[in-house]
Amino acid sequence: MLVPALALVLLTVPAISARAQGEEVPRGPTFAARALQALIDGIQFGVIIAITSVGLSLIFGTIHLINFAHGEFVTIGATFAFFLNVSAAGPGWHLIPAALAAVVFGALLGGAVDRGIWRPLRARGTGLINMFIVTIGLSLVLRHVVLVLYGTRPASYAQYDIQSTIDLGPAGITPRDLTVTLLAVLVLLGIAALLQKTRIGTAVRAVSANRDLAEASGIDVQRVVLFVWMLGGALAALGGVFFGLVEIVTWDMGFKLLLLMFAGIILGGLGSAYGAMVGSLVIGVVAQMSTLWFPVDLQYAWALLVLIVVLLVRPQGILGRAERVG
Amino acid sequence: MAADPVVSRTGRLSAIDPEPGVRKPDPLLVLDEVTRTFGGLVAVRVEHLEVQRGAITALIGPNGAGKTTLFNVVSGFDRADGGRWSFDGQSLTGAPAHRVARRGMVRTFQLTRTLARLTVLENMLLAAPGQRGERVLPALLRPLWRGQERELERRAGELLDRFRLGPLRDDHAGTLSGGQRKLLELARALMARPVMLLLDEPMAGVNPALTQSLLGHITQLRDEGLTVCFVEHDMDVVMGISDWVAVMADGHLVAEGPPHTIGRNAAVVDAYLGKRHDEPEASEEKGEED
Amino acid sequence: MDFSAILSDALRSGIGPIAAVYALAAMGLNLHFGYTGLLNFGQVGFMLVGGYGLAITVSTYDGPMWLGVLGGIACAIVLALLLGLPTLRLRADYLAITTIAAGETLRLFYRSSWAEPVTGGVFGLQRFANDFYELSPIDPGTYGVWLVRFSSRDLWVMIVGWALVLVVGGLMALLIHSPWGRVIRSVREDEVAARSLGKNVYAYKMQSLVLGGVIGAVAGMMQAIQVQSVNPDNYDPGVTFFLYTLLVLGGAGRILGPVVGSILFWFVLSFLDSALRQAIDAEYISPDLISTSEVGAVRFALVGVALILLVAFRPQGILGSRKEMLLSGR
Repeated sequence: MLVPALALVLLTVPAISARAQGEEVPRGPTFAARALQALIDGIQFGVIIAITSVGLSLIFGTIHLINFAHGEFVTIGATFAFFLNVSAAGPGWHLIPAALAAVVFGALLGGAVDRGIWRPLRARGTGLINMFIVTIGLSLVLRHVVLVLYGTRPASYAQYDIQSTIDLGPAGITPRDLTVTLLAVLVLLGIAALLQKTRIGTAVRAVSANRDLAEASGIDVQRVVLFVWMLGGALAALGGVFFGLVEIVTWDMGFKLLLLMFAGIILGGLGSAYGAMVGSLVIGVVAQMSTLWFPVDLQYAWALLVLIVVLLVRPQGILGRAERVG
Repeated sequence: MAADPVVSRTGRLSAIDPEPGVRKPDPLLVLDEVTRTFGGLVAVRVEHLEVQRGAITALIGPNGAGKTTLFNVVSGFDRADGGRWSFDGQSLTGAPAHRVARRGMVRTFQLTRTLARLTVLENMLLAAPGQRGERVLPALLRPLWRGQERELERRAGELLDRFRLGPLRDDHAGTLSGGQRKLLELARALMARPVMLLLDEPMAGVNPALTQSLLGHITQLRDEGLTVCFVEHDMDVVMGISDWVAVMADGHLVAEGPPHTIGRNAAVVDAYLGKRHDEPEASEEKGEED
Repeated sequence: MDFSAILSDALRSGIGPIAAVYALAAMGLNLHFGYTGLLNFGQVGFMLVGGYGLAITVSTYDGPMWLGVLGGIACAIVLALLLGLPTLRLRADYLAITTIAAGETLRLFYRSSWAEPVTGGVFGLQRFANDFYELSPIDPGTYGVWLVRFSSRDLWVMIVGWALVLVVGGLMALLIHSPWGRVIRSVREDEVAARSLGKNVYAYKMQSLVLGGVIGAVAGMMQAIQVQSVNPDNYDPGVTFFLYTLLVLGGAGRILGPVVGSILFWFVLSFLDSALRQAIDAEYISPDLISTSEVGAVRFALVGVALILLVAFRPQGILGSRKEMLLSGR
């Protein structure tokens, strides 16, 4: 309901404003081709954001904490894989084992944050607002440690770098990007299966829905929370590697993505994993398709505007329940 | 004038028909077809309810009957899905919570909401309506509100003394015991110059001694002309001080009447006990088969 | 290691113009977060519109400085209204995300090639501060005592900056200790209770947002004047994080918290910066571990650690009361 409305607005407003400025509204196959390309790029972008933001949404769903450091989990995943893959000081593995190792490292990092920071502070009675500030401190630390270790120079992975595009009609996609997109979709389906079919997944959904009730029915909430942190870390790391593959690896890539992740999970419904997937996909598409009419350097801004509009019109998001958000 | 107000008020109440939705001789709050649904489930559907001015009305019913939801809707803390209500002749339908309070309908909460880092006195002063100093520009000019503030401090002091909270006036409200918080919430509500008090389970979690004290305060307030409507589970409390009782079940108003008629009312028994009074017949049948 | 140089740098930072700017911005944030309980993570956005408001009026449109000041303040008010309308009815965490997003969105718009004719795009704007410096009664030269010396320009900015801090501090004290301030604090404690007592919580939140935002905008103007340029990359979310750190350090919800916090924050940060650089130069710390160009990043990381430790062990900050922090259940 909201999505088609937004799409309609996005498609008509720029066209109207372009016309008002006296420019010609682009027509014909060239525009359609560009639009198709932007759509493909958008889907690709969107599924990667989706992988990274699912963890963020699940963490919020279970412990009501917005993990500001989630962007750094993404960057650390990408740069850890870079270290294993490209760095002169590293072992020079092929990207695939390096990526897997990065995912494991991401899971461990998430677990370390749960055990080392979240749990002890909660035990001391630190409230949610202060915990939120702690995650900001954590993001500052992690981001700048990465900066010191990785440096400011953007770089790519050793494999799959230059490729020729496969034609999909008037648009194109490299085999690498296509594989990444398909893998990302598979991972998302895997998460859905995890949440619906496995015991731990059901436990996660139960804790998200009603923590006290879940605890009363015998679910070990602490274990579920640890699982969610580790899963979030692993997914963020994977998303980081994917993003580094299709774009580039930089020290602040995760931080830049963080706001898009927020936009995605709020659009989809804060606390809902499926909402995160849908919302992120929409955000990715909006960001890429905005380049059809507006300068590239504004694409993130459009995504953020969507966020603000959603909060105005339907704060619980697409899939969120209409419960009180205020 | 000559007649004792209590007798004439309760006398007038006992003269009316104990039917749900019955009209009252001098209603302060009137509800019409108030509906609230949550995703398909009807939480409240009250066709007609009138609350008598100057009387203590109890709103009872089993858990999930919709009493607190009705409170929340009428006091502006939740939106209604349908219906209208008026207070003292003026419509209050859909009015936000702060406007409801300004009109004179002040509510308290089941779990006390003290403003922990404000002192007891500040809690009281906050409640007073019509403060010049609460607007941002006059606030900057102390002489504009100083006199009013002194007057309010005096009135607050009197109320605090009445509730035996005087010595605590400069303590942070967060350091008060549970019972003291209940008293503070009541005193604070009075500071807001209410015409009607909506008390949501005022005795919840309160020890017997304090319960008596609170009951005494509430009765005294009624005698001074205040209208009180409260939600309560404790039947002794209800029977003890109410002038009128309304019973809800499954979101509907199922019975109304003076306290002594409610216990015998078949609809009320049904509401609380469900179908259990059917069971003896079933087991009798079983016994006969064996 | 030249400790007098390190100390000199630290002292100059602690009382210098930047500390004044951040103290001012943090005072606005203190009104939002410390007193009203609003999780505004977009305070840098207010600094941006304030600084740019001044710069655009003077540099792009050749207006006088006083008009630029008014323009910056007007932009802040508009921003607060636009921000507040959708978000003030939402929960604290939604407000946090939205305000960060808004701040970043603004920055990206001001930075874009689209806006370049007005805002200077990626390059920003310069040459708008001359009127300010011409007002200075201080003769050119350096002034100071002992280790602490400032140029006449910096001194002028400092004087105006700290004077503004004083004025705003006084206004805040008047407001907070008034019935208006009492309502604001009640919004922080329990807005449901405040509404049940007849207070229009939404209106009070909006007033707080506007006031604190205007204070932030004025801080942004002072910063722009001090650096004599506005550049979008100077207004990233990192600034808001610094503000929160120094606010929590000094004590949120205390009038002087932002002042104490800013002075101490910049003192320590500068101390560390100088000490680290010197240690690397003197090879106490190997340049392989940290090179001098990375000192900035190390500083940020240390700020992050400080924030975590502060919140964990002394969330009430220097001036706050532990008792009250415990009562708040934050």
